[in-house]
Amino acid sequence: MSLLDKLDAIAAARKALLPEGVEVFGTPIEEVYSSTVAKIGDRRVLFLGTNNYLGLTFAPQCLEAAHKAIDSEGTGTTGSRMANGSYSGHRALEREFAEFYRCHSCIVFTTGYQANLATISGLAGAGDVILIDGDSHASIYDGCRLSGAEIIRFRHNDAQDLEKRLRRLGDRSRSALIIVEGIYSMLGDRTPLAEIVRIKTTYHSTLLLDEAHSLGVLGQTGQGLVEETGLLDQVDFITGTFSKSLGNIGGYCVSNHPQLDQLRYVSRPYIFTASPTPATIASTRAALKLLREGVELRRQLWSNARTLYARLKELGYQLGPEPSPIIATILDTPQEAIALWRGLLEHGIYVNLMLPPAAPEGKSLVRCSVSAAHSSEQIDFIGETFAVLRKTIFEH
Amino acid sequence: MASNYDDILQKLNEHLKQFCPPEIEITPDTDLINQLAIDSVKLLNLVMEIEDEFDISVPLNALADVQTVHELANLIHQIKSAQ
Repeated sequence: MSLLDKLDAIAAARKALLPEGVEVFGTPIEEVYSSTVAKIGDRRVLFLGTNNYLGLTFAPQCLEAAHKAIDSEGTGTTGSRMANGSYSGHRALEREFAEFYRCHSCIVFTTGYQANLATISGLAGAGDVILIDGDSHASIYDGCRLSGAEIIRFRHNDAQDLEKRLRRLGDRSRSALIIVEGIYSMLGDRTPLAEIVRIKTTYHSTLLLDEAHSLGVLGQTGQGLVEETGLLDQVDFITGTFSKSLGNIGGYCVSNHPQLDQLRYVSRPYIFTASPTPATIASTRAALKLLREGVELRRQLWSNARTLYARLKELGYQLGPEPSPIIATILDTPQEAIALWRGLLEHGIYVNLMLPPAAPEGKSLVRCSVSAAHSSEQIDFIGETFAVLRKTIFEH
Repeated sequence: MASNYDDILQKLNEHLKQFCPPEIEITPDTDLINQLAIDSVKLLNLVMEIEDEFDISVPLNALADVQTVHELANLIHQIKSAQ
């Protein structure tokens, strides 16, 4: 099969699965009116799949900071951090993240994907072992591959399974890197961090926690699962993203290990990527301040999440195992998921669709991401729409 | 605990039966992807079953070179032999 034949096969598979004229993936968004409302086609829609957990994309402080940065420093840095792209703003944001987590060091990256790619491939190499949860994000899988280390999966959120695999490693467990996520992006469930920490301590391994979906969502000041569980000091490396609660694009890694700084000299994704734009850095700094002070935003976020989760459960939808700002509706077939996704869009609600193999266990997901910016009326409207679709799609 | 190649092959065949259409007889040359339609997700789940059966961990990296039943059995044998 030639290179292009492979792409033709993918096109054929897409055509067989998706109805004609339905742009399920990469749906064009024509206009954006606020953090929760936009226009798709000629329809005004409610965003329910954006991971904009705190609704900060239109926060006046962030907009103003971005505008000022563009005016004073230009549109881009046109270079990597190692060359000409290390501005005072980048260094200031790194200091602010380190202080936020009370950690020795921080490195800021251009995307969240890059943060995992760069951190994992910088930490581990050939001869090392990385143990990852089976439901890990693609950036974790890809970072592991780039590292050249041995990659071993353990069953999703199964600490005993992790322990079994560490035991099999013998002395090699001492140089093993364990990677888990604060909140998993598919089903919205949390890693059992206390058990993972106990195991990593027993086996003298190193633990990396990805707080991409839990930054701003969990903990009094929004640090994530480390703050919610009081285990900040037990986690070796924390990565995360600016593209969810911080309403921007970028990523970070913080650690109390001073060796983190050496990643700047060995990690190829860091060395060979242009640095974040001045506007990105400035608005992220403003957003981080709002996130830290955002106790009320988190209260509203969780109120919305619990209300919608309870409503969908009451309607009989199969959901992820616990209430969370990520509410995944689990469907048996891609066809059911596409029908629900289309029905929601026709009613003016835009969500994310996950089909196998992207979704776990061969299932399909219609994934909702709740925001603090959703009003109670919008949450009610979402619940009513799911009730209507339950009847029209699944009960006849 | 199985540790020689033939024992491993026999136990592996037991796990593969769940994927095998009635018209196909599993042999060492059977292609996991093209004949048994084991996609990447099914393969990862199968590997977890195998890991428990043989009390081993199979690195994901090693699976890239596995296409047939023989190659999977051989990989398990190598890992068991190295223990």
